[in-house]
Amino acid sequence: MKIGVPRALAYYAYYPFINTFFEELGLEVVVSDPTSKKIIDAGVEDAVADACVPVKLFHGHVKNLMGRVDYIFVPRLVRVNKEATFCPKFLGLPDMLVFSLENFTNMLEVRIDIGKSKKQLFFLCLSVARKFKKSFFKAWCAYRKAKESLKNFKFEFLKGSIPPLGINVQVNNADVRLGIVGYPYLLYDPYVSFDIINKLIKMGAYVITPEMVPEKEKRKYAVKLKKTLFWTFSNNVLRTAFHFLETKCVDGIIHVTAFGCGPDFIVDKIIELEAKERKMPFLTIAFDEHTGQEGINTRLEAFVDMLRRRKIKEAIVV
Amino acid sequence: MRKVSFPYVGNATITFKKLMNTFGNEVVLPRRPTEETLSLGTKYAPEFACLPFKIVLGTYIEALEAGADTLVSTGGVGPCRAGLYTTLHEKILKSLGYDFEMITLEPPGRHLRELVASIKKLVNRRLTFADYYRIIRFVWKELQLLDKAERLSHKIRPLEVKKGETTKTYRKCTELIAQAKDYRDLLEIEREIELLYERIEKKDYDPLKIGIVGEIYVVIEPAANLEIEEMLGDLGVYAERSMFLASYTFYNAVMDLFRMPGERDVKKLASPYFKEMCGGHGRESVGNAILFAKRGFDGVIQLSPFTCIPEIVAKSILPKVCAEYDIGFLSITLDEQTGKEGLRTRVEAFVDLLAAKRKNKLMNKKGDVAYGTLLGH
Repeated sequence: MKIGVPRALAYYAYYPFINTFFEELGLEVVVSDPTSKKIIDAGVEDAVADACVPVKLFHGHVKNLMGRVDYIFVPRLVRVNKEATFCPKFLGLPDMLVFSLENFTNMLEVRIDIGKSKKQLFFLCLSVARKFKKSFFKAWCAYRKAKESLKNFKFEFLKGSIPPLGINVQVNNADVRLGIVGYPYLLYDPYVSFDIINKLIKMGAYVITPEMVPEKEKRKYAVKLKKTLFWTFSNNVLRTAFHFLETKCVDGIIHVTAFGCGPDFIVDKIIELEAKERKMPFLTIAFDEHTGQEGINTRLEAFVDMLRRRKIKEAIVV
Repeated sequence: MRKVSFPYVGNATITFKKLMNTFGNEVVLPRRPTEETLSLGTKYAPEFACLPFKIVLGTYIEALEAGADTLVSTGGVGPCRAGLYTTLHEKILKSLGYDFEMITLEPPGRHLRELVASIKKLVNRRLTFADYYRIIRFVWKELQLLDKAERLSHKIRPLEVKKGETTKTYRKCTELIAQAKDYRDLLEIEREIELLYERIEKKDYDPLKIGIVGEIYVVIEPAANLEIEEMLGDLGVYAERSMFLASYTFYNAVMDLFRMPGERDVKKLASPYFKEMCGGHGRESVGNAILFAKRGFDGVIQLSPFTCIPEIVAKSILPKVCAEYDIGFLSITLDEQTGKEGLRTRVEAFVDLLAAKRKNKLMNKKGDVAYGTLLGH
């Protein structure tokens, strides 16, 4: 049996878990092709016009898988921890797909609501395994292996590499250190984000993404806001930004966002205001399906140059 | 004495002003949002903020300029962004150099202690238990009356013989309500409102019926939706909106205290299409659209601010649902660029289509061409 996994949205944050789990269950996993012009166009065609690029992309990736597989895995992410839920578009994703795409009947909709206890994740895995008539033992083994691979994946990030982009080592003595904050489905999709992480590394910068900051470190900044944000990914981004701002471990922050992203207008404005207060250079880059590569290149080059010059100036003053 | 101000939401401003006055605060009355308010808000708000955010920010700036030192607004528990607006408004306004206190009224279900603490800050006068009872009774009745006056105006506007008479009557009604001092006044006014509306000369025919669903602020506040209800009424269409402030406050503030979800029937209707609560009024939009269809309405208009997430989800579901129930559907996205004339053109076209559809239906049913043309649309 073939199971299709769209390469979009939460895939970039949890893909080792998803892939390993289904493979260990004895199913054939087909991941949709890497994002291309064709996939974006297919998504734009069917999705609601107001939706953000990542959601349109999800539509495109599902269309890419249609007809090739028996089931298409569509997660409905509700909650993965106690404090926050997900963007409403994640919550309504399966409903949107059913009504936007024609003849979409083989959806494997999985409601992921595992905020209350650690056991819930296993029970969820078990119920998915039951759907494919797999035994308890097999589900348990698959669950353990999947968890292990997600742990390794996270560990890779902490070591300084970026597995989804195939970046293994970064030169640690780079003269500019950049904090790049943004959601995993934007940062690690080289097509949508024009591979800005690789570009920055080529310009001689050392890049730190939210996943590269240990969870413990991020938790420290949970109390910084009067009210916790409602969205898991946004909390992650905002806390990382606070970490950069407070410890000054980077020379500048770049916020990568999608045009029309709902939660991000709050996140972006807060980071902007805080960065201004602490005199930290800050750049926002918004992507949509029409963004041009050259414009982004120019802005990135200018930003990195500015940081370099600023450093030299500071060195002279000292 | 505190100088309190708050966002302008439809006619509820009248009630809220009285409430704040009885609590012993001075009130800086927010102005009805104008173009100027919106451009002020747009100037300082982030680009992707939704229309309500920008309007409210503009209103706050105007109120602070007028001397307010306390801003009161409501919170929320998400996942709609609106629950975080006070936090961000406060940050933006403080960075602009204004000095004030922001008081957020959170829903009582999960934040009862915070709610009581913020209400305590607002009560600056000794009030007995009986006083509270009187105040609550008065406020509740007044909110209901305001809604009633508005509801009646929507019902009667398409039927009026002399154009503009209903609007005039409606203004008179709100003025009357604004002058009410105690509960007994309100009871008298209620009768008077009914009489006033009865006195309007009416035509006798069955107007087209259109339901309005969508995000609460743009549905309730005429300045935000470019007076779409009046526009529809002038076209001879009976427009009913799905949300009124009194019932909304009741279901979402009072019922929340007992952990009971409000508007159960609506949510139940929407559940086959919309399986997860996703904040805002996305699910209510779908549920209400179905409700309108079942009540025999001709069409549904969805109002949503640009980039409103729950409404985007609803927007992808609504066309199919409306097709299933065979009623017309028009989605209108509002932002600071929306012009009234453009909106009017779209609404007129929509109404024309609905009228043609109704005519076709009747002709097919009776097999008589003359009968269809009798309707006059």
